[in-house]
Amino acid sequence: MEGRRPCPGQAGGRQVSAELGHFALALALCVASVQATLPLIGAYRNNPSWMAAGQPAAIMQFLLVALAFGCLTHLYVTSDFSVLNVASNSHTDKPLLYKISGVWGNHEGSMLLWVLILAVFGSAVALFGRNLPPSLKARVLGVQALIAIGFYLFILFTSNPFERLFPVPVNGRDLNPLLQDPGLAFHPPMLYLGYVGFSMAFSFAIAALIEGRVDAAWARWVRPWTLAAWSFLTAGIGLGSWWAYYELGWGGWWYWDPVENASFIPWLAGTALLHSATVVEKRDTLKGWTILLAIITFSMSLLGTFLVRSGVLTSVHAFATDPTRGVFILVLLIIVIGGSLALYAWRGPQLISTGLFQPISREGALLFNNLVMATAAAVVLLGTLYPLLLDAMGGGKISVGPPFFNAVFIPIMLPMIAIMALGPLLNWKRSDWRAAVQRLWPAFLAALIAAVAAWSWVADGPFLGIVGLALAAWLGVGTLVELAERVRLGREPLAQSLSRLRRQPRASWGMTLGHIGLAVAIVGMTGAGTWVKESIQVMAPGDTVTVAGYEFRFDGAKPVNGPNYAATRGHFTVTKNGKVVVLLDPEKRVYNVSGQPTTEAGIHATLLGDLYAVIGDADATTGKPGAFVTRIYFNPLVAWMWVGILIMVAGSAVSLTDRRHRIGAPAKRPAAEAVQGAD
Amino acid sequence: MRGRLIFLLPLLLFLVLAGYLALGLTMDPKKIPSALIDKPAPAFELPPIDGLPGSGFSAADLKKGGVSVVNVFASWCVPCRAEHPEVNKLAQMGVANVYGLNYKDDPEAAKAWLAKLGNAYTAVGADRSGRAGIDWGVYGVPETFIVDGRGRIRYKHVGPIVGDKLVKDILPVIEKLKAAK
Repeated sequence: MEGRRPCPGQAGGRQVSAELGHFALALALCVASVQATLPLIGAYRNNPSWMAAGQPAAIMQFLLVALAFGCLTHLYVTSDFSVLNVASNSHTDKPLLYKISGVWGNHEGSMLLWVLILAVFGSAVALFGRNLPPSLKARVLGVQALIAIGFYLFILFTSNPFERLFPVPVNGRDLNPLLQDPGLAFHPPMLYLGYVGFSMAFSFAIAALIEGRVDAAWARWVRPWTLAAWSFLTAGIGLGSWWAYYELGWGGWWYWDPVENASFIPWLAGTALLHSATVVEKRDTLKGWTILLAIITFSMSLLGTFLVRSGVLTSVHAFATDPTRGVFILVLLIIVIGGSLALYAWRGPQLISTGLFQPISREGALLFNNLVMATAAAVVLLGTLYPLLLDAMGGGKISVGPPFFNAVFIPIMLPMIAIMALGPLLNWKRSDWRAAVQRLWPAFLAALIAAVAAWSWVADGPFLGIVGLALAAWLGVGTLVELAERVRLGREPLAQSLSRLRRQPRASWGMTLGHIGLAVAIVGMTGAGTWVKESIQVMAPGDTVTVAGYEFRFDGAKPVNGPNYAATRGHFTVTKNGKVVVLLDPEKRVYNVSGQPTTEAGIHATLLGDLYAVIGDADATTGKPGAFVTRIYFNPLVAWMWVGILIMVAGSAVSLTDRRHRIGAPAKRPAAEAVQGAD
Repeated sequence: MRGRLIFLLPLLLFLVLAGYLALGLTMDPKKIPSALIDKPAPAFELPPIDGLPGSGFSAADLKKGGVSVVNVFASWCVPCRAEHPEVNKLAQMGVANVYGLNYKDDPEAAKAWLAKLGNAYTAVGADRSGRAGIDWGVYGVPETFIVDGRGRIRYKHVGPIVGDKLVKDILPVIEKLKAAK
């Protein structure tokens, strides 16, 4: 740009960005070392000024990492190819959005994003943790800094994003075209906000184990962090799945790919944690289990990072891998997970739960949720690692695919969804399940109607589809029944019920929306998973093919040019009963620098189903001019899945605004308040 | 005591898992053993690349005695470009006949590619349809096979021959096969 010849020796302003960023990162490591020692020792010796050191250190750490991240972003935006990372992953022709998203679209930059988010969470505790008991806060910040140290070392020693390159290339090698997509620009930050967000629950768990105390106040602190992390992870997984749907061009939205699983396992564990933390908060029980879940959830996030970054598993997610990085992350894993589980084995038995409960109770239902989620997470983990385990035992090379996961995962989840509608209707401590089931009659009715409707709609489809829709109706209506019960609808005058509805705490709205969101998402998963119609053929201009009652006419394909790619754009006219429904324009792009092709599906989304067309290679075998390989799909109800995910994310956002969370620790801790006031 | 053991269980399970992960790091998941190892090379007969001299490349070439190397390449494959100097070096060493299997390629592009990067192959066969590639079990380019004097496939290398791979992986196999004869 500007005809400038980059020269590493030049002392211009932008030329030192890389060194400044590198230096800021090294300083952040030093600050983290202080933050990891002083507050922990201070908490052990009960020395308030040592404990207080954690707060400025966390904020300082954040500022330094933000500076480093800002430097790398600046290098990308100005296309400074004297930096290896920029030269390998950027190009001057790339649109600005992808220059910025390119910062984390590679290994080194994504690790920098990882520590940035960790620092954001750490400084959030420092800034907003005024109500936390000082010793707990000091320990949480100390544990956070310990994790950060591991990652700073990892970045500085094995994955330095600021490494210089000489001679300086004229232009860069461009970002992997698959990643040049708006959906994927925000997918990694969302996932990382989720992964790293669980580090908060982890730090609180370790701090609680050191303190030897877990109480309602602790749970009240952990819950919003877990919830925030969970909603980011949910949104991140949703975005990833949506991207796979329209970008990979195979009409699918979930492939049980090891990297997808790496994000799904922490999600399952995090969902369990979210529910068991409620039990700790409300009922002062399941403490040891909740602590273990907090450790496991973050461990699974770290393991996910290991699987993605070490290259021990093959995956469609082609990240550059390097064995030294794998060894480093494995050592980090052993220290963090092994260390925390050892601490758990040592201190865990001292956690005393006071709340007792009968199996049939709200606690019982939540524990059931926990067991199912934990089992599901274990199964997905086993399936993901099985090829590795078998190979390690000399059993040969295999791959575990969707048939295994679908066959095992779905039957585990079905009973949980059945219980899910019932759980919120049960009382704490002990409950009468018959009364609860009787109140669910509208849900029974809805499930029956849904089953009959599904059966009459697609009689030849798999039985699972009917079960899926019935369960979705059962869960959705069951959740509404619980809401109606809570506002005493029909048992009190309507006006009074409505006023109760307005006074519902936002946290319970969160639960209601979360469960309804899942019900809606199940509708989408069932539809797209069981009744998808597909047709793959060679089409010449004018040819038509009929899929699910829609007639797709191929109108030919023309070359078009994008900013950094050349594309073939196909044109389809979709008609139903002679009337034009929509025009679809799928593209097949070839990126100029890498030469790698990508598909952009043409999609028309409706609530009933998506019309989905993909154009492949030009075909010469039939001898017809202008003929192309085309794939046409009808994906019934698939849009419901993303709507459902959005409802779940919205539900957790509503819940996060609950006053209870903002206040944090309850008022029954005047002692803590007094100490806070003193400093 | 039993209560304590339950708290220890997660740690023990993790240690087992960590052991497997450590073992996993020592293995390369991309290295998939070929089902054709120690089997005779498939029957095939490929024409030369359009416009290049020579009579192409067929199964008969591999049974002439002497160790052969079959290198699957294409002009559209970037790693092939990276490994090509090493392939040329191997051919010039004269320890084995090095054949090229030009996989699903445009003849003009392949010709230009070989003219630019050098063509040290004993012979090159053009597999435009990819049919011979399927018989050889090719699932990605580049791949390199080592065939003994009797036409049996003895070794398969997946991915580019770069860095120390020629010296560490390819040459020892050739030496061993030559010594065994």
